[in-house]
Amino acid sequence: MVKGNIINRDTFLSNIRENLGNIPMNKPVEKPEWSVTPQENVLTNYDQAQLVSVLQNQCKEIHTDFYSTSLEELNQTVINVLTNLQATSIVYTADERFTQTNTEQSLQDLDAFKWDNTNREKSVEIAEKADVGITFSDITLAESGTVVLLNDKGKGRSVSLLPANYIAIIPESTIVRRMTQATNYIHHQVKQGESIASCINFITGPSNSADIEMNLVVGVHGPIRATYIVIDDW
Amino acid sequence: MPMQIGEKDFKQRVTSGIADDFMRGAVRSAQTRLQGKRKDAADELGDWEEWRTLGSEIRRHTIEHLDYYLHQLSEKVAELGGHVFFAETGEEANQYIQQIAKRKHAKKIAKSKSMVTEEISMNQALEEIDCEVVETDLGEYILQIDDHDPPSHIVAPALHKNKEQIRDVFKEKLAYLKSEKPEELALFAREKLREEFLAADIGITGCNFAVAESGSFALVTNEGNARMVSTLPKTQITVMGMERIVPGWEELDIVVSLLTRAAVGQKLTSYITALTGPKKDGEADGPEEFHLVIVDNGRSKILGTEFQEALHCIRCAACINVCPVYRHVGGHAYGSIYPGPIGAVLSPLLSDYDEYKELPYASSLCGACTEVCPVKIPLHEQLIMHRRQIVEDEKKTTLSERVAMRGFEQIVNSGNLYRTATKMAPLLTTPFAKNKVITKGPGPLKHWTHARDFPQPVTERFRDWFEKRGEQNGKR
Repeated sequence: MVKGNIINRDTFLSNIRENLGNIPMNKPVEKPEWSVTPQENVLTNYDQAQLVSVLQNQCKEIHTDFYSTSLEELNQTVINVLTNLQATSIVYTADERFTQTNTEQSLQDLDAFKWDNTNREKSVEIAEKADVGITFSDITLAESGTVVLLNDKGKGRSVSLLPANYIAIIPESTIVRRMTQATNYIHHQVKQGESIASCINFITGPSNSADIEMNLVVGVHGPIRATYIVIDDW
Repeated sequence: MPMQIGEKDFKQRVTSGIADDFMRGAVRSAQTRLQGKRKDAADELGDWEEWRTLGSEIRRHTIEHLDYYLHQLSEKVAELGGHVFFAETGEEANQYIQQIAKRKHAKKIAKSKSMVTEEISMNQALEEIDCEVVETDLGEYILQIDDHDPPSHIVAPALHKNKEQIRDVFKEKLAYLKSEKPEELALFAREKLREEFLAADIGITGCNFAVAESGSFALVTNEGNARMVSTLPKTQITVMGMERIVPGWEELDIVVSLLTRAAVGQKLTSYITALTGPKKDGEADGPEEFHLVIVDNGRSKILGTEFQEALHCIRCAACINVCPVYRHVGGHAYGSIYPGPIGAVLSPLLSDYDEYKELPYASSLCGACTEVCPVKIPLHEQLIMHRRQIVEDEKKTTLSERVAMRGFEQIVNSGNLYRTATKMAPLLTTPFAKNKVITKGPGPLKHWTHARDFPQPVTERFRDWFEKRGEQNGKR
């Protein structure tokens, strides 16, 4: 990786140090222990089944359809949802979990397009025209009803963004209490010196706007409709 | 669009705000709705005061060590192959952004919502070199289409417009044929803007929070336009005010949780998008080239002063949504892209008292703003500090006011003069009073009686009344 340029930093930062009260350069900074940690008190002691029901309830708030299914029934549930959406064109991420859950074959039978990281133009063009985009959730936040996508080569950013409908398949094991658990995970990655995803999306239902007279309009630039399918034994 | 908006004269702006019945109705209903949503979200979360304490500690620590965290951020971004430009002024930032646009032969630029780019007039700078800049936030898009009508709220910029006005703007400028239903208007904008996203050479975003430890930055949106802007164009530029940063991901959780609740009462907005450098090798979508522009533009001169806490602001607009003055005069009356209590604190700091000396007085000092601020900025106290500076240090008040104040000082400091004055007051005001009420006051009273009646001073002075009562009750 070629290092990027940093321009005008020295004068800019020395000006800040001067104004802050002549702080010496390179003075080490320790992040303090914060005096309170209210984020740890949210949904404490909830077991996995309870978190699923929090997620389900939150889906009503965020205008998102919610389905719960088993690993065995997943395939049929996905097909039912696609039928309900009257989907004719589908795009999904190159994620091995589609194979592991035996959904890949039925998607292929429906002529669904698997994100192709080697062909930007084609992948974006197909995603832009697709009725439905399908991804797996990497981390799922019960409190807010959020799926977290750690985008990478196979998991293109466009799949959850450009199609009119979005389906997130949520393994129950990915469900955590709230954003705190997800950011702790990422912080841990950073601490270990691991490279984090170039794009991490916290997606909470379909896109919306209240810019016109504060009336909520569901569906603006991103998907107009969102569906979550929880696999309750995976 | 520069920071300064609308007419020059503060009183004129206020007068036209008060006369705008639709705008006032829109502001009232928006304020009521947003206040309710914020409160419900805070109650549901629980421990709200602890959350505020934590938010305030994080912001204080970060700003006190801003040099360290900006250094760390820029190192990380560069390690990932991104470029970082530190801009002391708006002009420097604009020149750098112009250079990139020229090098890329950019014709079209898609932009998601960013207050700092408004502050430095970035769109104008790009238009000067023949780039078309398309605002893609629905509210900003409406304003841009309507001949660059200025924003009146930092979260909902088109708050002052009703749906019929928006329909007419779309009709006139974009040959829109449908009704004023928000769903139809939004769908129309979706289709129009989809073409723009796909055609844009460069995407420009603001920055809600940068994360120093990993060189990331987070965009907090509902519409998905910021995702479009950071997914489709091959070059991305992100512009951030230098204070919009937290140390790490753990702190990002806290400030985002506070922001979405305080701003719109949501647990999280539809999209929180955390971007780290340009796209990686082998990834198909996302920018190939990434530039981060960090803007000072007057912020550093606030550091180390009694106003430093103003830089803790996370731009949620909760203070604007509870302000009784904003409720009556609307956003444009402030004459700044930053309206409301935080605008009245920040605008004179980022600009100067010559431009904004009236704003610290556009407050009843009721303290509602301070009470709702998710990071505990003592907003109304900062307004009092501004007033003190304007009077004592800057001598920005009118000569007649200063003479009057000096006179007042002499009278209240002298027992005899004070007694005489309080005796004279009822007599002197008699010619202006009707039924013991003054409706058209002279001189300095005029501004007061323009809006409401002033009771005529009664003939019995407080001290006399107090003494008499003491005698009646018998001395204790």
